[in-house]
Amino acid sequence: MGCVYALVAAGLSLIFGLMEIVNFAHGEFLMIAMYVAFFAWAVGGLDPVVGAPLAAVALAGLGWVTYHGVIRRVLAGPMLTQIFATFGLGVFLRSAAQFVWGVDFRVVQDPWLAGRVSLGGIFVGLPQVGASAAALGAFLALYLFLSRTQTGLALTATAQDRQAASLMGIDTERMFALGWAIGGACVGIAGALVAMFFYIYPEVGGTFALLAYVTVALGGFGNVPGTLAAGVVVGLVEALAGLLIPPAFKYSVVFALYLAVVLWRPQGLFGRF
Amino acid sequence: MRRALGAVVVLAVLAFPLVFVRPFPRHVMIMIFLYGALATAWNVLAGYCGQISLGHAVYFGIGAYTSTLLAREAALTPWVGMVAGAGLAVLVSQAIAYPVFRLRGHYFAIATIGVGEIVQTVVINWDWIGGARGLFVPIKRPDSLVNFQFHESKAVYYYIALGLLALALAATRRLERSRRGYLFRAIREDQEAAASLGVHVAREKHVAMAVSAALTALGGTFWAQYVLFIDPESVFPLSLSILICLVAVLGGVGSLWGPVLGAAVLVPLSEGTRVLLGGTGKALDLVIYGALIMLIAVFQPAGIVGLARRFGRDRRQGAGSATRQESAA
Repeated sequence: MGCVYALVAAGLSLIFGLMEIVNFAHGEFLMIAMYVAFFAWAVGGLDPVVGAPLAAVALAGLGWVTYHGVIRRVLAGPMLTQIFATFGLGVFLRSAAQFVWGVDFRVVQDPWLAGRVSLGGIFVGLPQVGASAAALGAFLALYLFLSRTQTGLALTATAQDRQAASLMGIDTERMFALGWAIGGACVGIAGALVAMFFYIYPEVGGTFALLAYVTVALGGFGNVPGTLAAGVVVGLVEALAGLLIPPAFKYSVVFALYLAVVLWRPQGLFGRF
Repeated sequence: MRRALGAVVVLAVLAFPLVFVRPFPRHVMIMIFLYGALATAWNVLAGYCGQISLGHAVYFGIGAYTSTLLAREAALTPWVGMVAGAGLAVLVSQAIAYPVFRLRGHYFAIATIGVGEIVQTVVINWDWIGGARGLFVPIKRPDSLVNFQFHESKAVYYYIALGLLALALAATRRLERSRRGYLFRAIREDQEAAASLGVHVAREKHVAMAVSAALTALGGTFWAQYVLFIDPESVFPLSLSILICLVAVLGGVGSLWGPVLGAAVLVPLSEGTRVLLGGTGKALDLVIYGALIMLIAVFQPAGIVGLARRFGRDRRQGAGSATRQESAA
């Protein structure tokens, strides 16, 4: 689960690092991705594994539209405005999903990956293992893209210093839009992966989004490798807490862990101020 | 001129329940006062001191639960419970403040969300205080001020809510003009600069948090006595925390009347769309609500107060060129 959390959080972290905006509609992006994967399966007969690239493309489009429609206009505004623009978008997407698709829980039946495997004596659901592997793969691709390609480096440069980047001839406007598209693609893949083993309903984004915020803050805002590490930590803590104390409290433990960490390192585990 | 206008507004507000006797208009006004008071309380911490909390539902819930539990277990009047709730909220807020005030900006906002979620989870799983099933406020008859319950008419609730709002506004106004108010704003604008000039930053932030928490808890008790049923989903949710600051942001952060204006616009809007379009299970009211929030953020980031100020300045200067951003961030 940790790897999937990390992938959900990666998009958030990327967007934040780029322009210091927390996307409060991130959970809803995830929800839309799950619906895309669901309908790819229900209408087109495509398994979520195949549907993942489809969801990635759809969500990249959504991210791009969000940037041009909403974010570009509030970039210069105060932090509160940005919070509310994305929060409003979240409410809009969530209730629009409820309006269009209703509140019913939906499940993808008989995905290709089903059953359990034994990893060193511990039984793990195969969909979860597949999702983790795919999430790791996507993460690796993201990391290579950011550090090896020309465009990825331009993106990183924009994240480090907007003005200097634009002086070097980088079209920062395009980079911002690209950042939102890539952030959308990450959450698109994550959504399709989660759709294999999780119910799909309009409110599903909530829990994941909260964990994603904690993951991003834990790893340090804008630090993509830090996000992966923090995602794994959050996933492990959640699983262990569910085992050792009543499962109802497991998310409390995750949040408490975050508070404990920021007491000691206010910028997160791997963050820089 | 301003004074006369103010007097007219006050008279109209006081006379409102005499003219409108049906429950719905009164309910809308009560909600405006309640959310206006909550947003004003939030504004003390966020608008003046610059600490954007997204966990104020914690104090609201503490106010609601404290008075209800005291009424159930000790048969105390909710008025005592209200004061006790505010006191408890102050204590809890100081305990929360200690870790979260070490953080800034987004880290602070997310930490307050985290605290809110922890508290909600604990309350949901705490059976002695009703757990996820919630609590009913013991019904007392006949209606009386001592019992803080009025089943016949909403008129008394109306005046109590109005009093609550007046209290919050009076506290803010007093703060705004005091030395402490200036210290708060100094911290908001630049924490390091304030500290270098000898402002005790941590202490001032704790004071802002305490005032804000106490006022929020009063609103919580009022809500419990108004609805007579509370559960963790209705008094501790993240959505309430966000709604409180949304009201303030819509009206204009860091100004005395902003939160009230925000409530006066947002509450009729949400109640209106709820009544007209809600109840179909299709959430069309929320679709419109979400879209509106987005539009407001995009087109009027400084809130209604910012709009009014810009309008006033434009008129004074002839053509308007000034578009100063009012911001708390």
